[in-house]
Amino acid sequence: MNYIDFSLKVVGTRPIRPDGVDKVTGRAVFAADTRASGMLWGKILRSPHAHANIVSIDTTKAAALKGVFAVVTGQDFPEIASEEAFVGEGPMNFRDLSLNCMARTKVLYEGHALAAVAASTQEIADQALALIDVTYEVLPHVIDVEEAMAPGAPVLHADMFTAGVTPKPETASNISKVVTFKKGDIDAGFAEAEVIVEGRYTTQPVHQAYIEPHACLATYAPDGQVQIHSSSQGHFMIRAYVAKLLGMSISNIRVNPAEIGGGFGGKTLVYLEPVAVTLSKKSGRSVKMQMTREDVFRASGPTSGAAMTVKIGAKKDGTIVAAQQVLKFQAGAFAGSPIGPGCMCGFAMYDLPNVDVVGYDVVSNRPKVAAYRAPGAPITSFAVESLMDELAIKLGIDALTLREKNAAKNGTKTHYGPVHQNIGFTAVLDAVKAHPHWKSPLKEGHGRGLATGFWFNIGGESSAQVHVNEDGTVTAATGSPDIGGSRASIGMMVAEVLGVPATTVRTIVADTASIGFTFLTGGSRVTFATGMAATQAAEKVVEDLKRRAAQTWDIPVDAVEWKDGAAYPAGSNAGAFEPLDLAALALKAGRTGGPILAEVSINAQGAGPGFGAHICDVSVDKETGHVKIERYTAIQDVGKAIHPSYVEGQIQGGAAQGIGWALSEEYIYNSKGLMENAGFLDYRVPVASDMPMIEAVLVEVPNPRHPFGARGVGEVPIVPPMAAIANAIRSATGLRMPDLPMSPPKVRAALDAAG
Amino acid sequence: MAKTYVSATINGESAEFLCETQQTLLDVLRDVIGLTGSKEGCGSGDCGACSVIVDDRLVCSCLMLGVEAEGKSITTIEGIANGDTLHPIQQKFLEYAALQCGFCTPGLIVATKALLDENPNPTETEARYWLAGNLCRCTGYDKVIRAVMDVAADMRGEKVA
Repeated sequence: MNYIDFSLKVVGTRPIRPDGVDKVTGRAVFAADTRASGMLWGKILRSPHAHANIVSIDTTKAAALKGVFAVVTGQDFPEIASEEAFVGEGPMNFRDLSLNCMARTKVLYEGHALAAVAASTQEIADQALALIDVTYEVLPHVIDVEEAMAPGAPVLHADMFTAGVTPKPETASNISKVVTFKKGDIDAGFAEAEVIVEGRYTTQPVHQAYIEPHACLATYAPDGQVQIHSSSQGHFMIRAYVAKLLGMSISNIRVNPAEIGGGFGGKTLVYLEPVAVTLSKKSGRSVKMQMTREDVFRASGPTSGAAMTVKIGAKKDGTIVAAQQVLKFQAGAFAGSPIGPGCMCGFAMYDLPNVDVVGYDVVSNRPKVAAYRAPGAPITSFAVESLMDELAIKLGIDALTLREKNAAKNGTKTHYGPVHQNIGFTAVLDAVKAHPHWKSPLKEGHGRGLATGFWFNIGGESSAQVHVNEDGTVTAATGSPDIGGSRASIGMMVAEVLGVPATTVRTIVADTASIGFTFLTGGSRVTFATGMAATQAAEKVVEDLKRRAAQTWDIPVDAVEWKDGAAYPAGSNAGAFEPLDLAALALKAGRTGGPILAEVSINAQGAGPGFGAHICDVSVDKETGHVKIERYTAIQDVGKAIHPSYVEGQIQGGAAQGIGWALSEEYIYNSKGLMENAGFLDYRVPVASDMPMIEAVLVEVPNPRHPFGARGVGEVPIVPPMAAIANAIRSATGLRMPDLPMSPPKVRAALDAAG
Repeated sequence: MAKTYVSATINGESAEFLCETQQTLLDVLRDVIGLTGSKEGCGSGDCGACSVIVDDRLVCSCLMLGVEAEGKSITTIEGIANGDTLHPIQQKFLEYAALQCGFCTPGLIVATKALLDENPNPTETEARYWLAGNLCRCTGYDKVIRAVMDVAADMRGEKVA
């Protein structure tokens, strides 16, 4: 059913989330808060080198230490064949992931795991790690993406032959693949252009920087049954990876979803769980592991840094006739940067006749990248939207007008294939034009920037159950970890369908043995896809309740209507009966067919693409180079905001992460290829005093493929900020900052160079 | 190594525990006493997820040793509510949706309590600087700051527009 044109009572309101009290009182159980009887602490030995052969590992002394119950190295993990995995958010290879969890013969980055211990206390585990004797043969390393592509660069993988080029290369390199997208005739397009602009841009790897470090508790029982408590974006994903990497059957593994303390894409793969299970198997005890913050920085995430060139050709009236982009993305130590979406998203906001995009996926001696909120899109959009600003300046056209002129509309064919349908980009640009921020005069010394962003959003496999309890209250269970309020939105959709207040429905996240398969929380899919499953389950429950009322009244089921949480006779011809509400029907459940519940499992299609536009005012301190965000407005088409507060929260949080990406966050390496800022003191995420209020403006162009019109909202907001801020700095100072982060030293240097 | 006996007051109740001299107060709270509401986000005093109030002073419990708790009065997130009645700060965080994942929330609420104990009428800038030691990666701080300003007004008996 579709409720888009209905008058809604619950959807669109702002009730308190079901898990809220647990989270403001400290009761919520995150993975590190779990314990088990006889539990040991697991810790990992990590490479101190950027690139080295492991000559030998001697664990004798560590294993002999009192209080140590297991020591494992790469030899304790099965060899995994090279095979593409489709269980996480981005491209992944099972063999690579196994090697990333535990190195075998070679370490590929500082922080790469190569041994692990389980001991009775954390202190003993630390002592045991220090007793492991490793002999390394240090190899030349490479950190920078373009240096890694250059002939003669140290090669990380002897079997990496660039895919996507013909003929297949004869020598191994660090370029894992080349991706190309073409539309129209790029040469003809540029020949037609009256104005051409070009730019080169770089971005640095940035970490998702969820405040909760990775953690898990694993128990391997003598009968081969494995229990895992883990903080992740997908407990079914954890189950799939552990089964594959350790050669176990899925039925022997049960994963309990602990609360997750932020993920942003960074918890869509495994680091600790296969190690903890292996330690538990070897020790016969439960093993708890948690990363330190340093581990998180050195060995998990981040997203790619990149080097990019963009070239755009336009007519004098602003009509773009050609757009070309070359992207070189760092993948970290193993193939699999978000180069695909990077190539897709940069130009996806525009209706362009001739497009040519080439992308390179490049390995180097850095931690393997993980998904980060609209993976690839913020990087590519920083380049494109910065150059769009230059184009507007060169043409003497207003930045908004240039975008309006070229905006993608329904029916626009993208350069990567799909035709945009039911999109709200024009509505977003209209909202920019109408917004007081855009219309307000600039304050003295301030600059203003505008940038837009796109993310395609995904649907996918989801399962949901709706139970009517014995007293008529409702439990909704899904397989989607709740990373930012999805229990609330799902419960609200169920409540709307059932016609009851939101507080009647309690939403929980069920473990892998208690609900049907559900793909991970990522791609902005949960409220869309899992919400769709939950809505359908609630509709099935309503049908069942009507049937039960009909049976009770002994009238045909089509003579029963459901409204406001109760069954009514449909009109006077149906008979005169008192309505039966959920409580009354629940009371009769035993006599009308037994327990009342429905489970729906679907593969949801039709996730509506999301578009956003951010307006940013900055001031630049000429003495220090410090950029201050003076005003920030984020406008986004959200389809339909189920719980507007949490939709706004997604937009505000995404914008804040983008602001950190723009101004302060980066991985800093020394000449030995070691990270120098692996902590929150030196890796500077935005703090409260860095930030202004962020005005989130919700544009609602319903997505007709979702029962309530919802689109994914979580990823779009991190796409525009970097270019919006760069464009604001350009407006304030006349300087184009093509390299992220636009930190005080860089801005100061640019100011100095400009005199 | 011999453990040290420590006697302290935790959330208004007398507490006795044995701890290793090198154990942080955070480790003691979480692993010895079993109060896991205080979180470890960094272990280096940079994120504030482990914030507690020690004798009226806001501290990162990861930067204080368990043995230093001797004779001190410690308030953790578990001691902020009054029985089953939420503290107004907790209630306001819920109403404003000032949390998403909820991991930094205990520290933010404890830090807000310490702020309002010391300065019941903070400006937005003062609130932002006071809470600058509490990292939140989900919210962008907007709704957090709005909740703090509104609950401060409520607790003063005012109502902000």
